[in-house]
Amino acid sequence: MNVLLVLPLLVPLATAVAGILLLRVPRAARAASALGAAGLLAASIALLSATLDGTILVTQAGAWPAPFGITLVADRFAAAMVVVGAVLLAAVVASSVRGLDAARERAGFHPLVHALAMGVSGAFLTGDLFNLYVWFEVMLMSSFVLVSLGGEREQLTGGLRYVVLNLVSSALFLAGAGLLYGTVGTLNMADAAVALRAMPAQGTTSVVAALFLLAFGIKAAAFPLFFWLPASYHTPPMPIAALFAGLLTKVGVYALVRTGTLVFDRDRAFTDPLLLAVAALTMVTGVLGAMAQTDVRKVLSFHIVSQIGYMLMGLGLGTRLALAGTVFYVLHHIVVKGNLFLVAGVIRRVGGSFSLDRLGGLLTRSPLLAAAFLVPALSLAGLPPLSGFWAKYLLVRAGLEAGHGAIVGVALAVSLLTLFSMTKIWAEAFWKPAPEGSDPAPLGAGERLSLLGPVLALGAVTVAIGLGAGVLFRFADAAAAQLLEPGLYVRAVLGARGGGG
Amino acid sequence: MIAAVLSGFAVALLAPALAKRLGRGAGAVLALYPAALFFRFLSRVPAVVAGETPSASLPFVPELGISLSFRLDGLALLMALLVTGIGAIVLVYAGTYLEGHPRRGPLLGLLVAFLSAMAGLVLCDDLLALFAFWEATSILSYFLIGFEREEAEARAAALQALLVTGGGGLALLAGFVLLGQAGGTLEVSALAANAEALKAHPLYLPALLLVLAGAFTKSAQVPFHFWLPGAMAAPTPVSAYLHSATMVKAGVFLLARLHPALGGTREWVWVVTSVGAATMLTGALLSVGQRDLKRLLAFSTVSALGSLTMLVGVGTPAALGAAMVFLLAHALYKAALFLVAGILDHEAGTRDATRLGGLLPLLPATGVAAMAAAFSMAGLPPLLGFVSKELLYDAALRASPLPFVLVPVAVGSNMLLVAVALTVGFGPFTGPRGATSKLPHEAPVAMWAGPALLGFGSLAAGVFSGALSPFLSAAASSALGHPYGVRLELWHGFSLVLLKSLVTLVVGVALYRGRHRLRAFAERFAPLGALGPARLWRAGLAGLVSVAKGTAAFLSSGSLRQDVRVVVVAAVALLGPLLLSRGTFGAADALPSVRPIEAVLALLVVAGAVGAVVAGSRLSAVVGLGVTGYGIALLFLVFGAPDLSMTQFAVETLSVLLFVAVLRRLPRLRSRSAPRSRAVDAALAAAVGALMAGLVLAVHAGPLRSRLSGFFAESSLPLAKGRNVVNVILVDFRGLDTLGEITVLAVAALGVLSLVRLRLAAKGTAGAKEGGR
Repeated sequence: MNVLLVLPLLVPLATAVAGILLLRVPRAARAASALGAAGLLAASIALLSATLDGTILVTQAGAWPAPFGITLVADRFAAAMVVVGAVLLAAVVASSVRGLDAARERAGFHPLVHALAMGVSGAFLTGDLFNLYVWFEVMLMSSFVLVSLGGEREQLTGGLRYVVLNLVSSALFLAGAGLLYGTVGTLNMADAAVALRAMPAQGTTSVVAALFLLAFGIKAAAFPLFFWLPASYHTPPMPIAALFAGLLTKVGVYALVRTGTLVFDRDRAFTDPLLLAVAALTMVTGVLGAMAQTDVRKVLSFHIVSQIGYMLMGLGLGTRLALAGTVFYVLHHIVVKGNLFLVAGVIRRVGGSFSLDRLGGLLTRSPLLAAAFLVPALSLAGLPPLSGFWAKYLLVRAGLEAGHGAIVGVALAVSLLTLFSMTKIWAEAFWKPAPEGSDPAPLGAGERLSLLGPVLALGAVTVAIGLGAGVLFRFADAAAAQLLEPGLYVRAVLGARGGGG
Repeated sequence: MIAAVLSGFAVALLAPALAKRLGRGAGAVLALYPAALFFRFLSRVPAVVAGETPSASLPFVPELGISLSFRLDGLALLMALLVTGIGAIVLVYAGTYLEGHPRRGPLLGLLVAFLSAMAGLVLCDDLLALFAFWEATSILSYFLIGFEREEAEARAAALQALLVTGGGGLALLAGFVLLGQAGGTLEVSALAANAEALKAHPLYLPALLLVLAGAFTKSAQVPFHFWLPGAMAAPTPVSAYLHSATMVKAGVFLLARLHPALGGTREWVWVVTSVGAATMLTGALLSVGQRDLKRLLAFSTVSALGSLTMLVGVGTPAALGAAMVFLLAHALYKAALFLVAGILDHEAGTRDATRLGGLLPLLPATGVAAMAAAFSMAGLPPLLGFVSKELLYDAALRASPLPFVLVPVAVGSNMLLVAVALTVGFGPFTGPRGATSKLPHEAPVAMWAGPALLGFGSLAAGVFSGALSPFLSAAASSALGHPYGVRLELWHGFSLVLLKSLVTLVVGVALYRGRHRLRAFAERFAPLGALGPARLWRAGLAGLVSVAKGTAAFLSSGSLRQDVRVVVVAAVALLGPLLLSRGTFGAADALPSVRPIEAVLALLVVAGAVGAVVAGSRLSAVVGLGVTGYGIALLFLVFGAPDLSMTQFAVETLSVLLFVAVLRRLPRLRSRSAPRSRAVDAALAAAVGALMAGLVLAVHAGPLRSRLSGFFAESSLPLAKGRNVVNVILVDFRGLDTLGEITVLAVAALGVLSLVRLRLAAKGTAGAKEGGR
């Protein structure tokens, strides 16, 4: 058994259990939570460093051989996702110290975020489709409780739309898993990949694949399945929303990439054009939705949708460069998007509102906050040399090299509108004079540390990715190469038996 | 070279602290940085003139073939000297101009950062690194135009400039990527070496058009020119530096830079020349209707950028030589005039040309500097502007396409610009004293020194223009791609060109004398401006925002029912046709083997579901669901899975009991949806049901090939020491799943607990019930 693969599940599980036991002792719960987040970060970095040389780590749970038991697998992409998720979790836990009300903290915020982290890690590391379903359920239940934690009316109506749509996704996923089992007699992804290669590329399996596409498309908030996201993401407190914004949809994207390159990579003539069309529509509807908003949280929520389109674009193009672009985009986006939601929380604290109509003068009031906003905002809009520029550049180049000028045009136009949206927040919240009567107390020393510390740290990550883009690109390229060589994954999981795959 | 240029970003970060420390001297101290750069570049002139190209390279993203490679050829050197030289002057000026302004430090910092970005832009040989600097200048220009952030107008102008140049920037990025694809490299020098193949490549035209879109937006060419006058909302030193001397020249610079690689084709010559000529004329025509000194200068800058573009479009050696001379001449006189406009604004309290006059005795130094600059702009010998205009006319005369169009455009525009030059740089200092709000007096030396230096430069460069020949020839040679000697002379005998210069001057002066009537005449056509591209842009943006509002309204209007409908429709639309086209069905063979008991149970399941839907009360709906559940459990039994069946029975019984316990406390069902809506739902439900049934049949058509159940049955007892296979699967073979599901239950329990305990808003509970229906 490889302990590196188990720790990213075990550490958050233990932390969640400790959090439940310590519910009545908030200080201790917080300390345990911080310790757990740090532990997960350390464990995930250890996992990543073990995959850097191209090794695919595999553990058979309970030592039952694949495909009979459950397999945990970490290739480069999966390991990197666990790391970035852990980075965001650490930032969220740090910012919750002052960014979250005490009542919600006592009601179980800490165990819930760690349960969520466990589900997210599980989803990245599992090599079994039914097990993936289980991790989705863990994520769904924890996120639903988190989104409705506090029981405000807006939260509950938003949370309801969130949970029902996601349950529809679960139902589709389960139906797909059942039908796949009926077709190939296995749910181990590597085993299913081998079995599917013996079948005609276009047939009933294409329909089953489309079922998974729908289920994961809902999770990823792709067009037109994203309605749950703008209905719910602006309702919880910002540390919670930041975690959602960074991670949840990206698990859907991850599942699309994983199954799209490993299991359902046969009927590309059908899936690629579909993915590209969905990608374009997702980018455009998301950014248009964002342009019309005046609430910072809603602007940011719609942009999540829009950016999912870019990630799908890389998958739909399907070349090595394009997949590297998707990997780069996902990793960059988790940091930037989580950060922007945390910044929105600070904007609310310093400016007294989320509404652009009632904000203003923040550049005068807190230049540090302005800097903390600008880095992720300009990165999101794809300005060089920040991380978002490289992500966009890779996809643009991949698209043009593949001769898909139309989607590249859409992607570039959408990035201009993203810039429009970000400068709108800047001009309204930071430049415009503060409106009459808004005068929240300035940040105290503790608040500076807890609220500005995490956003500046995440901003530093964004700048570092941008200036050292080559390092992350080399990694993303290697990850893409691995994804495009499913035989490696299959052999790692099944041993020599899958060698022919 | 690279470190020297990039260190400006660090210097910029220090500026605010420095400004706090040093007060009014901060500008001068910061100016030491560009001044040092200026002299460093100046020391390279002999080497570059001798034909060397000093270069340096740092790997940036080697994995993507991107390097930070700087190449100091003649063109880069000319631009770098302008950027650093005028940069130093503007910093000294701005330090005093903004005295007492609370944000002087940040402004100086932004200017220094811009200076570095602009220097990087002109020195880069790698297109992608060039693009990074290009975008940096756009975003810094945004912050500088919006510097007076309390003014809504400044914020709007900043956004407009950013969107226009940013949009062009994105086209440029796509163009660069295509160039990289077609030429196999992103190094400009390597692209130029392979120019013929590049021009024959099928991607040449799209790449060219995209690059031109980027260059035209940045250099304010028609129809994108409208952002430049708006950018005058920036503080005057910013306008002088960014929006006249440097950033707006970036587009022209890029065209000149890429001319050896892309220029000379029919497409290039026609598109670039005609856009440049149109811009030249438009800018000149629009400038005469202005009263505000800065707007006068802004439109004349548009016109100047047009003539530069036109010359690069024509692309002959004479034209590129003229372009380089004009680039220098324009930077010298236009920056000076902007700075003078700032002094007048500062000292006299107005920038209205009609209210300024007779100031020479009060502002002698400024006045002399202004006149030198204005005379150069008007093309009066012996200033550099004269030399440059001669060369422009000469090039236009000898242009291969349409000299009969280009010459009248050039001469006509220049006549108007003579009037503008005199209005800005001569009028305020001569004639009767104007009605200004405060009594003007001479500006501090830190402010008039800059214009004086630039004005003197215009004169010296004109008188000793021959000495400049080698240097400007080097610049022209870089733009041409082969060595060429520009001949700068004050006097080259009586010629057609000289005649044109004289006519321009005479008519220009006449226009100046009649400037008030000219302006009144132009103002009558002002309403026509409403039809222009600025209006179109605003309308387009407003249209886009209203489309966005419509989209957003649609996206957020949704209800839960709407959400589910969308997903269901998407599922049916995607899967239905796919199933029909790709699925294979074996249902017909399977039908005879259905046993009567199976059929009965199936009907029971269906009846239960239908009953649940049509039930009039919650309780009967739950009973219907229970019937369905029991029916399924019985089916499991019939198919020989007693363990599973028992589990299902237990689950069904428990959930019915729980439902009944909870539902008893809820009010009766009220307000059921309209029949029409229910019909839609029924149709959708039926479609999904049919789809699932079809899918199952299609999957069932193939052989069932589970390898797992055999292993589980065989290994359960010997390996896992358990007799009940289902239990062993749950706790051992797939124990990780169970761990996950237990976590789900624990989290759900925590959620219930918190909902009960934590009622942040008392109304919240009512919302939950309502939403739950």
